[in-house]
Amino acid sequence: MRPFVYERPADVSAAVAVASRFADQQDQPTKADVQFIAGATNLADYMKLGVAKPKRLLDLNALREPTLRQIKIGDGIIRFGALVRMGEAADNDDVRRICPLLSESLKLAASGQIRNMASLAGNVLQRTRCEYFRETSWPCNKRDPGSGCAAMEGFNRQHAVLGTSDGCIATYHGDFAQALIALDATVEIEGKRGARRMEFAKLHRLPGDTPDIETNLAPDDVIVAIEVPFAAWSRRSHYLKIRDRESYAFALASAAVALDLDGNMIRHARIALGGVATVPWRAKAAEEALQGKTLDQEVAETAADAAFAEAQPRRYNAFKIPLGKRTLVRALLETRDMKV
Amino acid sequence: MNQAAPAPKENMGQPVPRIDARLKVTGQAGYSADLAAGNVAYAALATSTIAKGAIQALHLDRARAVPGVLDIVSIGDMDQIEKPKFGNTGASSIGPLHDKTVFHDGQIIALTIAESFEAAEEAAMLIEADYAQENPSASFDSQGTKIEPAAGKSPMYKEDAKVGDFDSAYASAEVKIDQKYSTPTQHHNPIELFSTTAWWQGDQLTVHEPSQNVTGWKIELARQLKIDPANVRIISPYVGGAFGSKGPMTARTAIVAVAARRVGRPVRCVVSRMQAFGTQTYRAETRHRIRIGAGKDGHITAFAHEGWEVTSRPDPYVVGGASATARMYNYGSVLTHVSLVRADRNTPGYMRSPPETPYVYALENAMDEMAVALGMDPIEFRRINEPQKEPIGGKPFSSRSLLKCYEQAARAFGWSRREARVGSMRDGDWLVGMGCATAIYPTAVAPCAARIRLTADGQVRVQCGSHEIGTGVRTVAGQMAAERLGVDLDKVSVEMGDSALPPAPVSGGSISTASVCSAVLKACDAVRQKLFAAAVGEGGPLAGSGNAKLDMAGEKIVADDGKSAALSDLFKTMQIGAIEEYAEFAPRGSSPEALKKLYAGESEFHGGDQDQDSVKYAFGAEFVEVRVNSHTREVRVPRLVGAFAAGRIMNTRTARSQLMGGMIWGIGQALHEATEIDQRHARYVNRDLQDYLVPVNADIKEVEVILVPEIDHEVNPAGVKGLGELGNVGTAAAVASAVYHATGKRIRDLPIRIEDLVT
Ligand SMILES: Cc1cc2nc3c(=O)[nH]c(=O)nc-3n(C[C@H](O)[C@H](O)[C@H](O)COP(=O)(O)OP(=O)(O)OC[C@H]3O[C@@H](n4cnc5c(N)ncnc54)[C@H](O)[C@@H]3O)c2cc1C
Ligand code: SF4
Repeated sequence: MRPFVYERPADVSAAVAVASRFADQQDQPTKADVQFIAGATNLADYMKLGVAKPKRLLDLNALREPTLRQIKIGDGIIRFGALVRMGEAADNDDVRRICPLLSESLKLAASGQIRNMASLAGNVLQRTRCEYFRETSWPCNKRDPGSGCAAMEGFNRQHAVLGTSDGCIATYHGDFAQALIALDATVEIEGKRGARRMEFAKLHRLPGDTPDIETNLAPDDVIVAIEVPFAAWSRRSHYLKIRDRESYAFALASAAVALDLDGNMIRHARIALGGVATVPWRAKAAEEALQGKTLDQEVAETAADAAFAEAQPRRYNAFKIPLGKRTLVRALLETRDMKV
Repeated sequence: MNQAAPAPKENMGQPVPRIDARLKVTGQAGYSADLAAGNVAYAALATSTIAKGAIQALHLDRARAVPGVLDIVSIGDMDQIEKPKFGNTGASSIGPLHDKTVFHDGQIIALTIAESFEAAEEAAMLIEADYAQENPSASFDSQGTKIEPAAGKSPMYKEDAKVGDFDSAYASAEVKIDQKYSTPTQHHNPIELFSTTAWWQGDQLTVHEPSQNVTGWKIELARQLKIDPANVRIISPYVGGAFGSKGPMTARTAIVAVAARRVGRPVRCVVSRMQAFGTQTYRAETRHRIRIGAGKDGHITAFAHEGWEVTSRPDPYVVGGASATARMYNYGSVLTHVSLVRADRNTPGYMRSPPETPYVYALENAMDEMAVALGMDPIEFRRINEPQKEPIGGKPFSSRSLLKCYEQAARAFGWSRREARVGSMRDGDWLVGMGCATAIYPTAVAPCAARIRLTADGQVRVQCGSHEIGTGVRTVAGQMAAERLGVDLDKVSVEMGDSALPPAPVSGGSISTASVCSAVLKACDAVRQKLFAAAVGEGGPLAGSGNAKLDMAGEKIVADDGKSAALSDLFKTMQIGAIEEYAEFAPRGSSPEALKKLYAGESEFHGGDQDQDSVKYAFGAEFVEVRVNSHTREVRVPRLVGAFAAGRIMNTRTARSQLMGGMIWGIGQALHEATEIDQRHARYVNRDLQDYLVPVNADIKEVEVILVPEIDHEVNPAGVKGLGELGNVGTAAAVASAVYHATGKRIRDLPIRIEDLVT
């Protein structure tokens, strides 16, 4: 591990000030000389592996604003402070009652120990686990732009089939983000440019020709909160995660589903897919296919086909298309059958 | 008594807790890299990023410039010492810093030494190499591999087992199968990382390293360093998981010793988990073709098992499990053939039940297929083919309780509730499947020495250079001494894991309990003889009881005529404070050089299929229930039942624990574990516990272990059959059969993953 400076700014404006002083505005947050840590469960890992090389770490855990650590519920909005730990949010009874999807997506992620360390903002910004990205001796366009992509023709079992490009097929592995994008969440940001709000759906960027640019954040942008709208329908929501083992594994395929039902008829479905796409993935085509329909296995299958119509398989990950479809079908039926 | 401490049945010892249990769970057990070593400097490895070629230049300047770096050992710096040797004590003949050839991915190219771990690591990451790269062969399907017969390439695999005329028997069989199976690359991934700490005091070298073979390593390290073995001491008090990975010494040990000499202070190198994949041994991938022919009545008439195994270019590591599968059932005719496939890979090595895990997996999966082809219950099919004699040499089994194991496991499992038709059992959205398979492991034993010291106050010290690799051998050795010398176990201390102790064989092949207990027994008996003689001798406290049968119990010598003498009194009359005996145990049939070899760090194994009088194996039967989701097809295992018979069970608690751990590992082998190789570059891709999957707690629900009583006086004086490696032998095949039963899909290539079932 390389030497670095470690600082604990006292409040958000101090964090922004230090970050904007030491970071080149042109840099990506993941490439900047100064970077934030919260739980450090992702960044410290990548520093040890030589993938991330910040010269200065700003530890956000000393920020004094109490709202950063609070979950507030009211007016149809759940507001999660950025530093709330995954475990705490997962265990919040009100959140579980109002919107099980949020709790389940957190509870099924990582391990108890990691959930106790990891923050919600850090969680949504976690970087891919692509094996070739994590080992610096391989060519990787995300790590070293222009060097190529070792995964494309390599061992790509865990890689994405949706949202891929010729430059990168790395999966976005987070679970919570699937709930957030399905529920039309918003992030609150403070940065040099002042405070602003961003649709969660705009936070992450498709790899395209620039897989190294992962988000629309500037290096001095601090996420301070995540807001999630809720209503009566959000009680009928569910996260289904399919993986190689029962716990402590990333999704091979997952589905975040919220159903607004009128009897058995779907007024509105909200769907996101995890483990199969390069970014948090809203499955709008599947939602449309369900609109106004009575939900049964066949209708669910049509929606699943729509969700994966554009999927691009590679050598080892082709199974993610049938698996992703089956996951969505099962999630839809399980959500339909929820007793709320 | 509870589930973890089963009540002993006939020929079983007490379930006493491990004598080091508290130390381990409270973190007080000192593992090699925890041990204080004075003013220690830290070392880190730099490893190759290609699998085949030559190093043209190494750029060390940036690494040297890292503050705190003391020295770098790299290519050319080992010229004064001998290259490693491949064999039982040496992992590979590759001397990574001896020449510039790169034989495999992750080969050591340099060792950085610094004041701190961080500086050493940073420096290692800054080392760059210019390579003349060649196209590597990754595995079976790669261009450029070399295939050759395995027979004769290893002293452990002299010939392919054969009997009768397979071809004509198979041709005329009424029912037959011909199928291919495979097992993946696997790495042991013990939780305790690999490490070496070395330091010199004058010309005395001390090494702390987790080891399954301290005596062997002492001799081999001295050979490489060209020094007197008397000047080398290997210390390995606790080992946090080994499974074979800490059996053979790797090239790193000598490199760290050289580094310590250069910087003139202790040097410690803890290998990262990622680097362990290329610098340690592993289980290489295997392929199998099995043909079985039988009559409609289910009697097998023809069996052929062909195996292919990957090894490195320079070293012929042979798995050779066909010798076990060839002796499993009453086949009539048998044909086996094992081939080595040389690729550009690091040299594989032993991994828990090395030959049996892959080969018996293939056989037992095939047996289930054959039972299906015959329309016969799989247990009945095995019962019909139960041999009276071992099919190859016609020798008797010293004991064989396989059918008893099947009966007891089937009953506990509820096999009778199984509906034979594929896909017929369901629980809501989950397809239910049930499968079973045989476990087998050769029973071997090797020469071993031990020293016993008994003091007047009833304290016993056992010394034996064996290794506590987590099996509980320290505890059972202590139990043996306590029982023979008639003291409580808490009065016994057991010293192991040090090459300065009386030598013991490698802790591999499940020989430790048998070998160590036989040596401890012999030393204890020598102590007893001396005490008995003094007790009944002139002026002794039991003078006059000369014809009585004597024993030791409750810190007394007790005679069957009712008299007894306290140890303390006896010691007084003998005018001594302690009695010490050193015993060398050599199994029946040992060669004249067997003991000499023990001191030279070579273990002469006896038993298995090698003895003249009989073949010696332990057996078990494993039953598995799986659930497969009808939508998403993930496989889960709610229930495992295994029944095992292994001669005398020294301690039902540690025995159960070993078998249960094996079965759980078997689940991993069936469903999770595989090292992935980038086929273009012959490089390992998933080198950490995030991507190298093993079962977690949530994957393991009910596991029941049944210990089936068995008495076998032939195997060794202690009557013990090793069982450390038995538990994981049958599991994967039982899972594969259960998955077939649930889904109708026969998965022949391990691990069974969701992609095999979803499409
Ligand atoms: C073995 C393992 C298994 C895992 N399994 C799962 C899983 O199944 N599902 C899943 O979803 N996740 C999983 N994770 C990922 C884990 O959830 C993330 O590592 C964690 O959520 C990151 O949170 P953190 O607070 O530790 O982030 P950090 O490591 O502290 O930060 C991550 C990134 O976010 C940035 N950042 C953090 N906070 C802010 C902020 N307020 N504003 C701006 N930028 C910020 C940092 O600069 C950094 O780039 C797993 C991780 C491991 C190690
Ligand atoms: S998939 Fe993306 S992250 Fe992985 S190697 Fe290719 S470019 Fe890098």
